[in-house]
Amino acid sequence: MSPDVQIKGIREGLLVSVGSGDWLEAEQSLLTELGRQKDFLKGARLILDVDEHEINAASMGRLRDQMSEHGLSLWGVLSRSPLTERSAQAMGLATQIHHAEPEPEEVVDEEPAEGSVEANALLVRKTLRSGYNLSHSGHVSVIGDVNPGAQIIAGGNVVVWGRLRGLVHAGAAGDEGAVVCAMDLAPTQLRIAGHIAIPPTERGEPRPEIAFVKDGEVVAEEWNVGGQVPAIEG
Amino acid sequence: MLAARCRRLKAEMGRVITITSGKGGVGKTTATANISAALAALGHKVVCIDADIGLRNLDVVLGLENRIVYDVVDVVEGRCKLRQAMIRDKRLEELYLLPAAQTRDKTAISPKDMKRVCEELAKDFDFVVIDSPAGIERGFKNAIAPADEIIIITNPEVSAVRDADRIIGIVEAEQKGPAKLVVNRINNELVNRGDMLAVADVLELLAVELIGIVPEDQAVLVSTNRGAPIALEAKSKTGQAFRDIARRLTGEQVPFTSGNGSGGFMGRLSKLIRTGGEKS
Repeated sequence: MSPDVQIKGIREGLLVSVGSGDWLEAEQSLLTELGRQKDFLKGARLILDVDEHEINAASMGRLRDQMSEHGLSLWGVLSRSPLTERSAQAMGLATQIHHAEPEPEEVVDEEPAEGSVEANALLVRKTLRSGYNLSHSGHVSVIGDVNPGAQIIAGGNVVVWGRLRGLVHAGAAGDEGAVVCAMDLAPTQLRIAGHIAIPPTERGEPRPEIAFVKDGEVVAEEWNVGGQVPAIEG
Repeated sequence: MLAARCRRLKAEMGRVITITSGKGGVGKTTATANISAALAALGHKVVCIDADIGLRNLDVVLGLENRIVYDVVDVVEGRCKLRQAMIRDKRLEELYLLPAAQTRDKTAISPKDMKRVCEELAKDFDFVVIDSPAGIERGFKNAIAPADEIIIITNPEVSAVRDADRIIGIVEAEQKGPAKLVVNRINNELVNRGDMLAVADVLELLAVELIGIVPEDQAVLVSTNRGAPIALEAKSKTGQAFRDIARRLTGEQVPFTSGNGSGGFMGRLSKLIRTGGEKS
């Protein structure tokens, strides 16, 4: 097996990881490896993990063509580079799967599920550290902290059972009715739909709070379990 | 020396420990030099590797700069044997340095090269301590690739803690086991005045195991300039902090002591740390 190309089975198909360094070199060893193993790989859903390589749409198209010459079809591309992600999306390739370790990003299907966003909620059971980027079209619940430098972008509501200190954007697709709740609501920045709020730095004792849009402004108030929670639109 | 070797189990491989931080200038190299020296002073056989190719420093801090003939890149590229590149410390018989190249850059070696070198070294040494460069790019990846354990150095300042958090996330994703934390340059006076993050604040955010608290001390500057690790100065409090880290690494339970006993500070701390907390 060539040193920089690794193939392993994951639930979604076969994950092919390429090494770092120069992309042209990496691509070359990738194609060599795929060519060598094409009989084994044929018919499988291939997901390419290119890590930080920046690949424009033209190069990616070329890569897909070369792969199809081997009789292999590219199903998805994982990358930390936004450019690469956009290229992949432009070609209709999946850019997100569920447990693609060691990618720190938790990534989820962009397409909203049938019916309401409630059909498409994500539960994350860990602390999201700086640099972690979670985007999801539905609701997001986190059991753990969201540290400064981490960000959550959700189509629906965001609930954090822990300290929320990173950036959070609820109702990212424009849902003004989205809410953000946390045991300790102290985000670096809070966005709901098109509204942006920067919470005050001086705060009292941490308490559970809920933030929502009221009269065109983001407001946060104590999260009363028995109290009136603003209507959440499906 | 012989006694120390006999104490080791021959079959056992040494531990590869990478010291990293994300942010630059928080004291990685100083910590590497001092923890390595303290481990060697305890009788362990230690080699430290400078993974900061192009910006090497560890040789200077250890006072071994003028002895460098070959470096880690020479080893990787086959110009010399591993043994030839290793420099024995002037003071400690059991301490060796594998220096970085100064004229090349991080791409001169790959994570795989580092793994190979460290595997080789772990056969002969109890501890292989790697000084990582700042950042999260190639040099950092080289440094963590061979690691069995990771020690994160941070300062009690928001930017350093933020970077440490990011590094911990990456280390977790690389499945390198839970990282251990050293908070460097704590100034108790500033903490008590409320002008500096306390260790408890840092731990609250990072939520990893604390393995050392090192006070801010100008003597460190003097010792690094002289090329004599402060961990070898018996009377130095800072030296003691590094010696404590070394003992904790070997599995000893060493209680944390506060510089000037502020009850509230240590009280909060003891709730957050596992080792030695109940004794304070």
